[in-house]
Amino acid sequence: MDYVVLLKQVPDLAEELEIDADGTGLDREWMSFVASEWDEYALEEALHLRDASGGTVTCLALGVEAGAVDELLATGLARGADRVVKVGSYEQNPDSHTAAAAFASALGSVKHDLVLTGVQAIDDLDGQVGPLVATLLGHPHVSVVTHIAVAAGGSSVTVHQEYAGGVVGEFEVDLPAVLGVQTSREAPRYAPVSRVRQLMKTATIESLEAGTPGTGSGLTIESMSVPESGTTAEMITGNPGAIAERIAAILAERGITGGGAR
Amino acid sequence: MSRDLPILKVDQIHELEHAVVDGVDISGHWNRMFSDRSTTALPTEAMDWITSLDGGESMRDCYQCGKCVPVCPVQHVGDYGPRKLNAKVVRGNDLIDDPDLWLCTTCGNCYRVCPKEVNPLRIMPAIREQAVLQGKVPDELSDVFRNLQKSGNPMGESPRKRIDWIAEAGVDVPIISQIGRAVDVLWYVSDYTSYHPRGKDAARAMARVMTALGIDFAILGPEERSDGDSARLAGESGLFELLAEQNIKAFQKYEFKQLVVMDPHAFNAFKNEYPRLGWEGEVLHYTQFLAPFVDKIDFQSSVDLDVTYHDPCYLGRNNGEYDAPRKLLEAIPGVRLAEMPHTKANGYCCGGGGGGMWLDGFVAEHVSERLSERRVREAVATVGMDGSGVLSVACPYEPSRFEDAVKSTGNDGRLVVRDIIELIDQAMQPPAA
Repeated sequence: MDYVVLLKQVPDLAEELEIDADGTGLDREWMSFVASEWDEYALEEALHLRDASGGTVTCLALGVEAGAVDELLATGLARGADRVVKVGSYEQNPDSHTAAAAFASALGSVKHDLVLTGVQAIDDLDGQVGPLVATLLGHPHVSVVTHIAVAAGGSSVTVHQEYAGGVVGEFEVDLPAVLGVQTSREAPRYAPVSRVRQLMKTATIESLEAGTPGTGSGLTIESMSVPESGTTAEMITGNPGAIAERIAAILAERGITGGGAR
Repeated sequence: MSRDLPILKVDQIHELEHAVVDGVDISGHWNRMFSDRSTTALPTEAMDWITSLDGGESMRDCYQCGKCVPVCPVQHVGDYGPRKLNAKVVRGNDLIDDPDLWLCTTCGNCYRVCPKEVNPLRIMPAIREQAVLQGKVPDELSDVFRNLQKSGNPMGESPRKRIDWIAEAGVDVPIISQIGRAVDVLWYVSDYTSYHPRGKDAARAMARVMTALGIDFAILGPEERSDGDSARLAGESGLFELLAEQNIKAFQKYEFKQLVVMDPHAFNAFKNEYPRLGWEGEVLHYTQFLAPFVDKIDFQSSVDLDVTYHDPCYLGRNNGEYDAPRKLLEAIPGVRLAEMPHTKANGYCCGGGGGGMWLDGFVAEHVSERLSERRVREAVATVGMDGSGVLSVACPYEPSRFEDAVKSTGNDGRLVVRDIIELIDQAMQPPAA
C-alpha cells in the first residue's frame, strides 16, 4: 500500500494574530508557522497503517515561501515518512482550488493507493482540498474520517464518520481514494529536533512541478477584523473567595444547584 | 617502585617489564595472572555502544568503588544509583528502555567524588539523545520539548507574553530593541522568571533592585528564548542548538557589556555551551553581579528571619559559585543565615535539573519521595522548627518546586520559599507601619 499525505503549514496560534495595514490579511512580522493540526493527524494515521501492514508513506507539501516547508517535510521524515516531495512554488499558501490542482497534478506521477489529508485547516476553514483532489483524480472521497482500516487484500478501506448524537457511520471505500482525516488513533508522535536538523542537512527533498494552475477559487478577501467583545458575558473579578461566592450565587439563581449550595 | 622503568602492555593492561618488590624480582609473565583479565563472559555490546557515543566514553571507567552511593540524591529515595547504572551496562543493558535513563538529574555530585571521573553530565545526555532519536521519550517530556520548539519556553506560552510581568514591576523595564542604544547590562530574565506566577515575583524584585542601584540595563523581551540547557541535558541536543541559535542571533544584534542571568541553567549554558556555538561574552549569575554592590544597596528595613540557602546545582557544584549568594544574604539586615547539612559542594539537588523539572509524573513512579520534598524537610529541620523559617533560593525552578513540597510534606506555615532577590527587595522597602 502506498500512502500519500498532503501537508500544509498554518499560522502558529502561540502568537497573537494581528491584522495587517491593508486590513485583508494577517500581519506577518510576528507570525510563525506550524504544521496544520489535522494534517498531522493524517500523517500519524498513514504511519500507523504502514507500520501495521507495510507499504510506503510519501508526504507532499506545496513549495510556499512564507513559513518553512523544508522543515515541515523534514519533520515528516523524522516522524517516519519514506519520501517527501515539494510541489510547485508559491509566495504564500494559495487557495484550496489552486492547492488541489497542484496536488492532483503531482499525484499523476506519485504512486498512491490512499491519499490522506487534514479535513480542514485553521487558516481558511475551507475543507475543500480533499474533495477537490478526489474530483480531479476521479477517486472516491470521505471527509471527517475518524477510523481507517485497510481490508484484507488492500483493495478497499473501511472508515468511520461520527455524527451528532453519538451515531457512527461506517463506509467501505474502494482504492485509490482520498480521505479527509478528523483525528488519529494516537496523538501525533514527537519529531525530535535533533533528528529534523540531521535530516535538513542530509535528506533529499524532491520537487515536482505544479502543472497548469486552475482558475482558483474566485474569492477575494475584502476585509478582516477582530470580533468585537459582546456584552452578555459577565466577567467575574475579585479575590478567589469572592469569585467562588459569585459563581455559587449564579448557580443557585439559575436553579443549577439547590439552595443548600452555600 | 620507580615509574620510569620499561612498561609493556599485556591484555590491554600496562605493567612493568621488570618488577622488583622488596628486593624480590617478580618479573615474568608467570608472576602475572594466570588467565586473561578481560571479562569476556558478559556481553560487551551495550558498553561498547555507550562508550562509542560522544560523551559516553567514561562509562567504562567505573570500578564499582561506590563513592557515588551516599552522595547521589536519587539513590536516597529509590533503587537508582550511578554505580548501579554501570553494573547494568556491564550486564548488557544499553539503558535505552530502562527508566533509570531518565532519573539522573545531572546534579553532578557523583562526578564530584568519583575517583575515575565517570561523568553522568556527559553520559546521560549522550544516551538520552539516542533514546530521543528513537522516539523513546516519556510523554510529559516530549510535550515540553514540543512547547520549547514551538514557542521557546517550556509552558508553550506566547513569546510576546514573556514581558507581561513588567506591568506590575513598578519601575521602567527597557526592552533593548526599543531603546536603540548600547547598555551596560543585558538582563536575561529566563523562562520561569518570565512566565511562572512565583517566578515573576523575582523578576519584578530584580527590576526594582537594579533600578535603585542605577544600573543601565535592558532585557531582550519577546526575542528572548529558553536557554535550552535542560533540554540538552534531557537529550534533545537539536532543540538546544535551535534555541541557542535564536538567542545568539539576538545577543549579536545588540551591544552590551555584561550578560546577567536569573537562572543557573542559563548561566551554565551561556558560559559553558554557547561558546562552541559561536557566542562568547561575560556572563554573570545575578548573585555574582549584585554581590559587589552590597555596600551600595540602600536597605530600609530589617527582615528578622531565620534563613537557610539551597545551592542550585548549576550555580554551586557545577560552576563553583558558593560565596556570592551568601554574601548577599549576610548583607540583608535581619537575616540570620544557617546552613543545612547538605550544603555547598554537597548541596542536595531539588530534582529539577537535567529534565527532572518536566518528568515529575514519570519520576514519581520510581522514587519514594520527591527530591524537593526531602530538601524541604532538611530546611524545616534547619530553620523551620519555630514556624518562621525561610528557604532561600537562587534558581527560578525552585520556588514552585519547593512551595509544592512545603505543602505536600505538611510543612505549610513552618517554611516559606524566597528567592534571594525577593529578600533584598523586601529589605529595601521602608518598614511596614
